[in-house]
Amino acid sequence: MGEGVRRAASGYGVRMDTTIELTVDGHRRQLTVDTRTTLLDALRERLAVTSPKKGCDHGQCGSCTVLLDGRRHLTCLALAVAFDGSEVVTAEGLAADDALHHVQEAFLEHDGYQCGYCTPGQVCSAVGVLDEAKQGHPSHVTEDLEADVELTDDEIRERMSGNLCRCGAYPGILAAVKEAAGA
Amino acid sequence: MRELDYVRASDVEEAVALVSGDPDARYLGGGTNLVDHLKLGIARPARLVDVGRLGLDGVEEQDGPDGRVLHVGANVRNSDLAAHPVVRSAFPVLSRALLSGASGQLRHQASTGGNLLQRTRCVYFQDVTTPCNKREPGSGCSAVGGYGRQDAVLGASEHCVATHPSDMAVAMAALDAVVVVRGRQGERRVPVRELHRLPGDRPDLDTTLEHGDLVTGVELPFTDAARCSTYLKVRDRASYAFALVSVAAALELDGDVVRDVRIAWGGVAHKPWRATAAEEALTGRAVDEDAVRAAVDAELAAARTTDQTAYKLPMLRGATTRTLLRLAGKDPS
Amino acid sequence: MSTRTSTTPVTPRSMGTRLDRVDGPEKVTGRATYAVESAAHDTGDPLHVWLVQSTVAKGEVERLDPAAALAHPGVVAVLDHTSAMRLADTDDGELAILQDPRVHFRGQVVALVLAETSEAAREGAALVEVSYREEPHEAELREDNATYRPETVNPAMDTDTEDGDVDAALAGAAVLVEQTYRTPHEHNNPMEPHATVARWAQDGTSGEVLDLVDSTQGVHGVAQTVGPVLGLEATQVRVRAPYVGGGFGSKGQPHAHVVAAALAAHAVRPRPVRLAVTRQQMFALTGYRTATISHVRLGADADGRLVGLEHRVQEQTSAVKEFAEQTASPSRMMYAAPARRTSHRLAVLDVAVPSWMRAPGEMPGMFAGEVAMDELALACGLDPVELRLRNEPDLDPETGKPFDVRRLPDCLRRGAERFGWADRPREPRSRRVGDWWVGTGVAAATYPAMKMPGNEARVTALGGGRYGVAIGCVDIGTGARTVLTQIAADALGVDPGAVDLEVADTRLPSASVAGGSSGTSSWGSTVVAAAQRFREEHGPDPAAGAEVTASAAKSPAETETANHSFGAVFCEARVNRWTGEVRVPRLLGVYSVGRVLNPVTARSQLVGGLVMGLSAALFEESWRDPRTGHVVTQDLASYHVAAHADVLDVDAEWLEESDEAFTPMGSRGIGEIGIVGTAAAVANATHHATGVRVRELPLTPDRFLS
Repeated sequence: MGEGVRRAASGYGVRMDTTIELTVDGHRRQLTVDTRTTLLDALRERLAVTSPKKGCDHGQCGSCTVLLDGRRHLTCLALAVAFDGSEVVTAEGLAADDALHHVQEAFLEHDGYQCGYCTPGQVCSAVGVLDEAKQGHPSHVTEDLEADVELTDDEIRERMSGNLCRCGAYPGILAAVKEAAGA
Repeated sequence: MRELDYVRASDVEEAVALVSGDPDARYLGGGTNLVDHLKLGIARPARLVDVGRLGLDGVEEQDGPDGRVLHVGANVRNSDLAAHPVVRSAFPVLSRALLSGASGQLRHQASTGGNLLQRTRCVYFQDVTTPCNKREPGSGCSAVGGYGRQDAVLGASEHCVATHPSDMAVAMAALDAVVVVRGRQGERRVPVRELHRLPGDRPDLDTTLEHGDLVTGVELPFTDAARCSTYLKVRDRASYAFALVSVAAALELDGDVVRDVRIAWGGVAHKPWRATAAEEALTGRAVDEDAVRAAVDAELAAARTTDQTAYKLPMLRGATTRTLLRLAGKDPS
Repeated sequence: MSTRTSTTPVTPRSMGTRLDRVDGPEKVTGRATYAVESAAHDTGDPLHVWLVQSTVAKGEVERLDPAAALAHPGVVAVLDHTSAMRLADTDDGELAILQDPRVHFRGQVVALVLAETSEAAREGAALVEVSYREEPHEAELREDNATYRPETVNPAMDTDTEDGDVDAALAGAAVLVEQTYRTPHEHNNPMEPHATVARWAQDGTSGEVLDLVDSTQGVHGVAQTVGPVLGLEATQVRVRAPYVGGGFGSKGQPHAHVVAAALAAHAVRPRPVRLAVTRQQMFALTGYRTATISHVRLGADADGRLVGLEHRVQEQTSAVKEFAEQTASPSRMMYAAPARRTSHRLAVLDVAVPSWMRAPGEMPGMFAGEVAMDELALACGLDPVELRLRNEPDLDPETGKPFDVRRLPDCLRRGAERFGWADRPREPRSRRVGDWWVGTGVAAATYPAMKMPGNEARVTALGGGRYGVAIGCVDIGTGARTVLTQIAADALGVDPGAVDLEVADTRLPSASVAGGSSGTSSWGSTVVAAAQRFREEHGPDPAAGAEVTASAAKSPAETETANHSFGAVFCEARVNRWTGEVRVPRLLGVYSVGRVLNPVTARSQLVGGLVMGLSAALFEESWRDPRTGHVVTQDLASYHVAAHADVLDVDAEWLEESDEAFTPMGSRGIGEIGIVGTAAAVANATHHATGVRVRELPLTPDRFLS
């Protein structure tokens, strides 16, 4: 360490460490987190699960989306300690060994990505959207709140709007989700 | 983010006791606003009391003191509330308001209680390196004379021009919802219109709640107007954006004439703004473009705008007119 | 040393056909590893670095007290200007951080906190107490700023140009349009925030001394820039960028955080550090497009033929480092006006350093120029497509050279046909559908074809009919990995599956930046040169291990002709009569860009550019508070980029062509042209819809309400 660099006297020791258990992509993982650790940082920095991405860290981009206990969920606005015992499925976990999930195949087929950074979140979100539509959840653009949900282009666009893509791959993402919805 | 003690409360009594007794303690619900604030340094609690597993998850029809209500547990997620069949049919304005807020992911996370209590998105409030009377009383209001496109045009003070960001709360204001609160003195009912307050000289206080008060639920009275209700949100982006202005409206007609009308505005004030002067002006009259515009202007007589917020007045006129004409079954084009 | 090799046109086999992205499966699963993630997968146990930023716009750090930060559990060290390593070269004011107490702009790096966890690092940064001696600052671009004339504008263009007697021509014009157009600060905002992992070798006496994994558009550029700043040869810095989550220019040059990571790592060497810039910090530290003010005068004869054109630009630079956006540059070559004048003047402000953002110059300049052309069409009573056709030059007005290929008329005609332009009512505000005023607009697009120097590629026979191809370029999402595989395959005469491509590492042959739409042209020509040279030297059946490293000689087109791509953007816009909200149901770009090497990745590039142009048209504005010099819209909730629901029917098509004079692949470059002209097309469409002419971006609802 260089001359004059001011160092801490106390050394390492986070007072508020706590141990939690998560099931991540089918694997039970025990880990120690700071009570301040977000679910996203727990995955990325403590478990080296880097499929969920950090795009904004404030719930404004959707890159960190995973399926949490079956529903799409941001991991940046979630404290890990509050999700002790939860099940997390990332985009990596959606793919089984060599076989990609059909939503992932559709993203490849329609080039629904460029840089790939928002993509795992888009994929998890798309899986969630398909499930929500099956359950009959309406959206902001649903004309008749009491009718069955039909995943039109506008419905898909609205439902996928929590996942920003700065490369502008939205037309490809739309085509991919549409294909996956029909599958 | 300061170091934190985390406690998961097992019941409402314990939760209230833990937070009431500790000025540095805060409730943690869905986390979508509080975790954001922890990272930004806006909130620096020493202890979080997790109220996410208190069983406040039900949506049930009940008989209330003033008639039949839909009781919504504070922990019901925004997505589930929006999709609930009774909400969709009896309170469409609430369903629409919820669905226009945030994103699919965030609606799965955000709770009913937390949505009501979310804090302003004023860019200066969000940035601890700038003065803000709401965040740090007495430090000054950076929004006055600064970036002001989102600022209030009604009920603001020299100390604060912030707007309340919730869509859901605007719908609830139109529905005359009642908030069920548990505090140290037991349970009480607070009309949602009395929950949020205007900034005055205490912009640090968003609501009339005391420290330690826990919102346990919301009651929605069934009315004929509520069945004929909708929400219009005006924003820059088509989705995933806070309102520039929004209109929640419910309408009951007697033939051509207004018997009951409720109008609430979002994006215009420190609280969801119930446009009572506009409602009075419309009651007993036929709904047409001129009548609505005149009613809106009656409400806006007290508006104060800047160069940056002047647009909100014609926007409110347009959005309110369109909404009421639609509800009245008149093709507004 | 490599050999500079002339190339011959490559017979396309894979080129021009679909090949799915070779890195697709990694990306859709999230297994692709971006810069900061390499730290999670390495075993180096990195420290987390958090930046502490100035809260004043100008002045000096008076006192910096790290005590509270150092007392926070997990915090290891705090570095400031008194303790950070001395830099060898401080000429680049953006990179010369922590060398003195001066503060040049709000948000400048004034200290670094190193900690065992990111939570401790973040809190440590919040606990560093800094007091300043503040000085008066100027942070607002206004028409009355004091300005100066820069020596050149980006990248090395003439600042001013003048041909003919512009004032006389305009004075004698039958029709004159004279207006001022403004574009705001815009931030690139790639989805992956900038990040660097850094590690110094324990023994720094020879070989590679500093190892960086960086989110950059050019690894060699980082080594060449950051090396000398740190007192190292470029060869002593290894830089890798395996996956990069977009850049759009903001990762084209290293910014201060790369130096910060190196300084932090030096203090704890040989322990690695990881520095992830936050989204908010990006608004001060990783570049942005400067706001521009364009004064445009267009004079035409009664038939709409331009007789004179003037485009005077005022914009800003930062006090700490000059950047001069070449905003008026497209006006120099776009149309056949006999008299033309362009100029750029800069105000020096106490603000963060502006830099490249997708199509610097062309994007804001063509907004001004193409809205002005729309106004001229109306003033002349001409269809805006026809006006542009009437002003096609025979030779490049700027250089007098012939154009390599200039097919703007074809783009306009094809676009008009596909868009249904002929049905358009001439008068603005003539169509309403339900709640919406509906209109259509058009604008032209152009972007120069460029090749960068400094490229080399290596071809190695791997045996069994397989070939290794190596070049140190970076795929920031463009599809470079995929397209270079196709180019190499065709140049070698093998299937793409027989090519093992290596990129994104300074240990590989040198490559230029992924910027200026020059990547595929520069790297592709180089790969072709190496492959053709390889075949010349080693024949069709080389021994395993046979190897050639080569660079490409200049093509004749690079000196003899004016080389530009062109396009036409057609837009349908709807403006809500009640609320002023703007929606764009249709957006179509038709382009002349040379041969399209991969229709899938090319469409994504062009559509992506259109979407970013749409986003700029409707939403994007970084609002700098003049009182503090601070961009207050510093996150993705207050700085809006287009969301999915904003992007309706957006499509791109291209003309069949091949530009073998420019590159042996026949391609010209596609990364930027999609954003050019798009905002003008949207603005013109909103005018046609409503009759309201907006000359300032973004086209937010308030502009359509009165």
